[in-house]
Amino acid sequence: MSEQHVRIAVIIPAFNEAASIAETIADAASLALDQELVVVNDGSRDATSSIARATGRATVLDLPVNLGIGGAVQTGFRYAARAGHDIVVQFDGDGQHVAAEIERLIAPIRAQQADVVIGSRFVERGSSPGAFRSTRSRRLGIRLLALANWLLAGRWVRDSTSGFRAYNREAVAFLADRYPADYPEPEALVLLGRNGFRLVEVPVVMRERQGGRSSIAGLRSAHYMIKVLLAMLMTALRPAVRR
Amino acid sequence: MAALFAHRLQLSAIVASVVLLGSIVELVRKHRLQEAYSLLWLSFGVVFVVFSVWRSGLELFAHLLGIAYAPAALFLLLLIAIFLILIQFSIVVSRLSESNRALAQELALLREELRRATRAPNDAAP
Repeated sequence: MSEQHVRIAVIIPAFNEAASIAETIADAASLALDQELVVVNDGSRDATSSIARATGRATVLDLPVNLGIGGAVQTGFRYAARAGHDIVVQFDGDGQHVAAEIERLIAPIRAQQADVVIGSRFVERGSSPGAFRSTRSRRLGIRLLALANWLLAGRWVRDSTSGFRAYNREAVAFLADRYPADYPEPEALVLLGRNGFRLVEVPVVMRERQGGRSSIAGLRSAHYMIKVLLAMLMTALRPAVRR
Repeated sequence: MAALFAHRLQLSAIVASVVLLGSIVELVRKHRLQEAYSLLWLSFGVVFVVFSVWRSGLELFAHLLGIAYAPAALFLLLLIAIFLILIQFSIVVSRLSESNRALAQELALLREELRRATRAPNDAAP
């Protein structure tokens, strides 16, 4: 992969993000890389799609129905797999992720040291003021997921729910057909780990959530944990399909 | 009197199970139910017709399973039928949502391809 010809797709899944999508696109477009921004409008009922199109800086894929984050991200993988991008970056449309961190995120893939890179809020990076703060129960949940991931796939990823990720071509081709549906992040790590992909976690700064709420907040979190752990276990019980 | 009552019960059991079996056949005949999904319904419909006509058969079946009260065997059969059919439903629903997801994604990609091919100006999505 020569430095000049690395084509990057930045996949931005967006569901009813009319308020923040233009800013997210402007942020991601500011990078000095050869990047194509791919907004996957997940059946939004607001103006997300037209606002994203009006910026003239993003490819907009309109899903006719709401598929959820997994289905939306997978649409981006399918697009990038066909368009032949070298690296795919998954970048949330809600303003949590910082485009300036993308260079750091893709560095291990450029150096061919990783197939998949996870932008982590937990891996130490000095005494960064952007260090991730969270509630105790949420931290506990994330530790539990990390433990499950280690037991089931033999990989230690501390921030397994982070949706700020980079993938190389091989990982994208693999996930285009097999990305999990509902709460895909931790499950995808088990799938990738068990299929021999090299996972690397790098520290990144994330913003506090702008608007909206985490999809895993409140009373639903117990249900989320059970569902995700079950999905991880089931993924581990399936035979590896690659390598 | 008791014999007459038992007779009437058997008669209504026969009528009910024949009507069930007949409706399933009719649904398949009218293409409102696919053959593949009618198999379980049909097999249990036949089982119920057989046992309503051949009462001692139900007693024999119950005896073989060690069930003292023969009608309980009927409830067991009914439960098994409902379980199997519902599991089949869950499988079908899972498969449908899987293909629905793939279709939606393909549609989004095709729309984009079409938009590029026709070079239409920024067309707002519905």
